[in-house]
Amino acid sequence: MIEAQGLSKVFGDPKSDKAVRAVDDVSFTVKGGEIFAFLGPNGAGKTTTIQMLTTLLRPTSGTVRIDGLDPGEKPLEVRKRFGIVFQDPSLDGELTAYENMELHGVLYHVPRKVRAERIELLLKLFELWDRRDSLVKTFSGGMRRRLEISRGLLHTPKILFLDEPTLGLDPQSRNQLWTHVKHLNTTEGVTVFLTTHYMDEAEKAAQRVAIIDHGRIVAQGTADELKQQTGADSLEGAFLKLTGTTIRDERSSAADAMRQMAKMWQGGRR
Amino acid sequence: MNVIYVLWLREIKRYLRSRAQIIGSLAQPLLYLLVLGFGFGAVFQQAGQGSYLQFVAPGVIAMGVLFTSIFSGIGLLWDRQFGFLKETLVAPVPRLQIMAGRTLGGATIALIQGSLVLVVCMLVGFRPENWAAVPIALMFMALIAVVFAALGTAIGSTLKDMQGFQLIMNFLIMPIFFLSGALFPLSNLPTALTVATRLDPLAYGVDGLRGAFIGISTMGFGVDISVLAVLSALFLVLGAWAFSRIQL
Repeated sequence: MIEAQGLSKVFGDPKSDKAVRAVDDVSFTVKGGEIFAFLGPNGAGKTTTIQMLTTLLRPTSGTVRIDGLDPGEKPLEVRKRFGIVFQDPSLDGELTAYENMELHGVLYHVPRKVRAERIELLLKLFELWDRRDSLVKTFSGGMRRRLEISRGLLHTPKILFLDEPTLGLDPQSRNQLWTHVKHLNTTEGVTVFLTTHYMDEAEKAAQRVAIIDHGRIVAQGTADELKQQTGADSLEGAFLKLTGTTIRDERSSAADAMRQMAKMWQGGRR
Repeated sequence: MNVIYVLWLREIKRYLRSRAQIIGSLAQPLLYLLVLGFGFGAVFQQAGQGSYLQFVAPGVIAMGVLFTSIFSGIGLLWDRQFGFLKETLVAPVPRLQIMAGRTLGGATIALIQGSLVLVVCMLVGFRPENWAAVPIALMFMALIAVVFAALGTAIGSTLKDMQGFQLIMNFLIMPIFFLSGALFPLSNLPTALTVATRLDPLAYGVDGLRGAFIGISTMGFGVDISVLAVLSALFLVLGAWAFSRIQL
């Protein structure tokens, strides 16, 4: 369902030494109906990879296939096939929950009748139906997350991308969210590609895991395979053994700043 | 078509829900109208130009339309900041439709806002000389709205954060307003100022409005309409181009 072959993204001029290799020769395959976790420290290249998979960023080299299609050639066709929950919010706070859903449905060409049914189904499933006519700006963080996920599922996508969907949520909301995601994975057969910093979540929810660090995939397989490979007793242990214990924040912010600079001087070219 | 409509509707809904903002944005035109209208009234009358209130009201209406339309375009920045922009950019619809929906929505609320200013002007004592020309005035308001909503979209697409906003406000929007002849007659000006006013798109809008409302037009309807129509098309293309280049 998702295929990446030798995927790389370089920000800035590839020839200069200031260039940042955010993603470096990454290859993986996600089968239809699978839940796949993409893990890595801050600044490892997770979000950049997702942006390349979802037509938002053009790869420097390598190929991507989403349901057999190239995002660079057929962006609109590819966009119909996935739903995405971004790392940071993307709802319109001045509209109600229902209006946000409705707008999404129109943008994705969901026929009116199906739209109404599906909005009701999803809002009920994510326990937001009672609040459907409230403005989103009055919602708590957990409710917004739930609304974003139900919105991402409205057009019955084949693939759901979740970029750190549980960031800043309390354990109750997180637990509930994964229950829903797994439920949808079994009932609708939707393929899920997720990133998270909570290893226990990845271990529980995902069938397969890839760990990325400094833009490269350092290990992939089932959680058990990774544990065996590293001799750790939890996925978190395996993760730390593979990626080390140094904190990456500084590194990532420097890379971000560089990316910003590169963007500025390149005049916004890809 | 549906996509354009639903994004247009979003702008309208957001506008109607921000009542405080609607009232607030009527305060500025009202201030110009009352303070300048009555402050300069006596001098203007002595100079043999008739009522300053009658003269300045079309300019104040144009100001209302200008500010609302250009800010709605720059509102793109808020969508970028609050993340909603991504939701539309990742949707399977051509960006041109997204841009068209937003811009037409912005133009529509500017037209509504301009009409509200007209009502306020009339409450203060402004009277159109020829009621039959009011539809023509509305057409000019709509043209101003489209021109500047599209320009706002172009600007909003290129700005990355709120810091550039002040720059645009002081070096673009205020000069556009002051050079438009909204506050003073365009005839008998120093040459440099005449050239500057002729380069200001809003000058043609103000001139058209004044022509429709009180029968005084320096450039003539034909020139006003042609210039505004050409600029609408030009800025729509510019806005669409800038919008299509947005990167997250």
